[in-house]
Amino acid sequence: MTIDIDIPLGNWVESGVEWLSANASGFFDGITVGVDAMVVTLQNILLFPHPYVTILILAVIAYLMTSKGHKVLSKGAWKAGGGMFIFTIVGLLLLELMGYWEETMNSIALILVSALIALVIGIPLGVYASRHDRAEQAIRPILDFMQTLPPFVYLIPAIIFFSVGNVPGVIATIVFALPPAVRLTNLGIRNVQKDVVEASIAFGCTKRQLLYKVQIPLAKPTILAGVNQVIMLALSMVVIASMVGAGGLGQAVYKGILKADMALGFEAGVGIVILAIFLDRVTQSLGISRKQVSDEE
Amino acid sequence: MSKIKVEDLSVIFGKRVKEAQDLIKQGKNKVEILNETGCTVGVNNASLEIKEGEVFVVMGLSGSGKSTLLRCFNRLIEPTTGKLYVDDQNVLDLNDHDLRMKYRREKMTMVFQHFGLLPHRSVSSNVAFGLEIQGVDEETRINKAYDVIKTVGLEGYEEKMTGQLSGGMQQRVGLARALATDPEILLMDEAFSALDPLIRTNMQDELLDLQEKVHKTILFITHDLDEALKLGDRIAIMKDGKIVQTGTPEEILTNPANDYVKAFVENVDRGGIVTANTVMFNNPANVRIKQDGPRAALRKMSNAGVTSLPVIDQEGKFIGFVKDDDMKEMEDKGLRDIKEYMYTKEEVTAVTPDTPVADLLPLFLDTNLNLAVIDENKKLIGVVVHSTVIAEMIGKQRKEVQQIRKEGGINL
Repeated sequence: MTIDIDIPLGNWVESGVEWLSANASGFFDGITVGVDAMVVTLQNILLFPHPYVTILILAVIAYLMTSKGHKVLSKGAWKAGGGMFIFTIVGLLLLELMGYWEETMNSIALILVSALIALVIGIPLGVYASRHDRAEQAIRPILDFMQTLPPFVYLIPAIIFFSVGNVPGVIATIVFALPPAVRLTNLGIRNVQKDVVEASIAFGCTKRQLLYKVQIPLAKPTILAGVNQVIMLALSMVVIASMVGAGGLGQAVYKGILKADMALGFEAGVGIVILAIFLDRVTQSLGISRKQVSDEE
Repeated sequence: MSKIKVEDLSVIFGKRVKEAQDLIKQGKNKVEILNETGCTVGVNNASLEIKEGEVFVVMGLSGSGKSTLLRCFNRLIEPTTGKLYVDDQNVLDLNDHDLRMKYRREKMTMVFQHFGLLPHRSVSSNVAFGLEIQGVDEETRINKAYDVIKTVGLEGYEEKMTGQLSGGMQQRVGLARALATDPEILLMDEAFSALDPLIRTNMQDELLDLQEKVHKTILFITHDLDEALKLGDRIAIMKDGKIVQTGTPEEILTNPANDYVKAFVENVDRGGIVTANTVMFNNPANVRIKQDGPRAALRKMSNAGVTSLPVIDQEGKFIGFVKDDDMKEMEDKGLRDIKEYMYTKEEVTAVTPDTPVADLLPLFLDTNLNLAVIDENKKLIGVVVHSTVIAEMIGKQRKEVQQIRKEGGINL
């Protein structure tokens, strides 16, 4: 005898999603408008100056970030940051001259908005998890689920809730990029030396003082490593997000795939690589404080 | 007046705390309670009193519960049962707000074994941390920090990062941080245990010097008996969460409460700690200069079974020693005034009761008389005999000496 059991898990989720989209559409519309406004504003800001001006500004930012800890125009600073300065100018100029300027800036805008939202949600959540063991236990499997579920799967409800365009792309990116912000904030705070925390409490710190004066400053390198991860994960979503209509370099790659256009796909792909190197190097040096480096000299 | 009073304080870790509590009341020990309930007893029914301005040392090996006990004082660890009074206020009754604001911030601060400094801040900013938390404005607190840094001898290092300092210097920062808020009570958790022996000795000396100036009530935790004996006005010895003995260093050395304490103090250099007060015979037989002649002196000597006696004047002041040979000679010659045959103060030594035994021993080298012990008014209060000093220095009881003689000594 065979038992014929068919659990319609998919159907249950589907009806849940349908119920939400029918009953909470106002809420989702609000998010759509808000997120879209953020993306468009940032795009406009990035596209407002002449590309060469923007390139120079970004190159200077790259130089300042990677040469942290040295005097701004010293030899040491040039040794540390000069490479990134030249790379940024050459790389972005290449993209501009290939005709991908607008796509590149759109991608940056999408990545930054997604990463920002992911951090605004993720860091406080990580702080909360670090203080409550129960919360940590509850959050951990959810994060595992978010990271292991193929991103294509949550593109579907993203379209249903937020229709097609940049917003579902941003939302899917946030879901994918959020976990390291939570995990590393939690880890960083939990790893703050026990006796330092004990000493602070012994001197009469309130929970808030403990957090802002002791735990966050000491967990900063770990938290900022999380920021770097969030941005890199957001970047890795640009192609997938373009499947639901998000613009930028990802869309160019996606078009290249659909049309089997090697030239288009390669050019946009190189653009993503350049962007990845730029964002990675710049955000990696977030965790280095000025004092640390100068002490090693 | 006692500054801190602890009554029947227990700390129990585990799930079946209630059962463990009952077992503690029945007087069961740590191992029995662990076997029966799975609960770990950190502190088992501790009671003690600490006086104002005193350095009180809690000594015990690792796992004895001494650090747990210390953390109960500022409630970094919550005691399971018991009472803890500081200035007649039961600290365990305080709510979180009062505990933080009135108690941890103002009453007592703590120095940690591994310093517990904030590595992202400078020395002065670390020292000012306690004041910063209280909301003191920056200028005042940095000024105060600079003052305290000077007190602990770290002048010139104010703006260094703590990671650039050696262990000893870091602990000075820890000490300065604890002193900056002007607390009444200092809790020191194995404060010098992480330091090199030489630096440790230095810090101990400086703490004692500092204490002369600041007169805090200090609760000091250590696993090092020598440190305890050196720093402590009084010492409590802990084992398995229980306080086995409380007393002055001298009391603990000369009168150990049980075999555990005895084993502990066996190898200690007692000479510097045990004083004349402990080894002397109180209210000794004496010869009065005006009333007693040689005959009376001889009688007193034979009654007491000694060959010499101290001489006092009418006010009871010590003035010298007489010996039986001399007295016999005087009697033979028919002399009456013992002054003529007395060893005067210039020839013999008198000591005060707080003279350590180590300093008494050399005094026996150039005399075969006993030592007189006098108080601040020069009145005779006791006599020290060389055999008791030797006994004290080697730390052996008469019984043990007899045992040694039996086992291997040459019997003449």
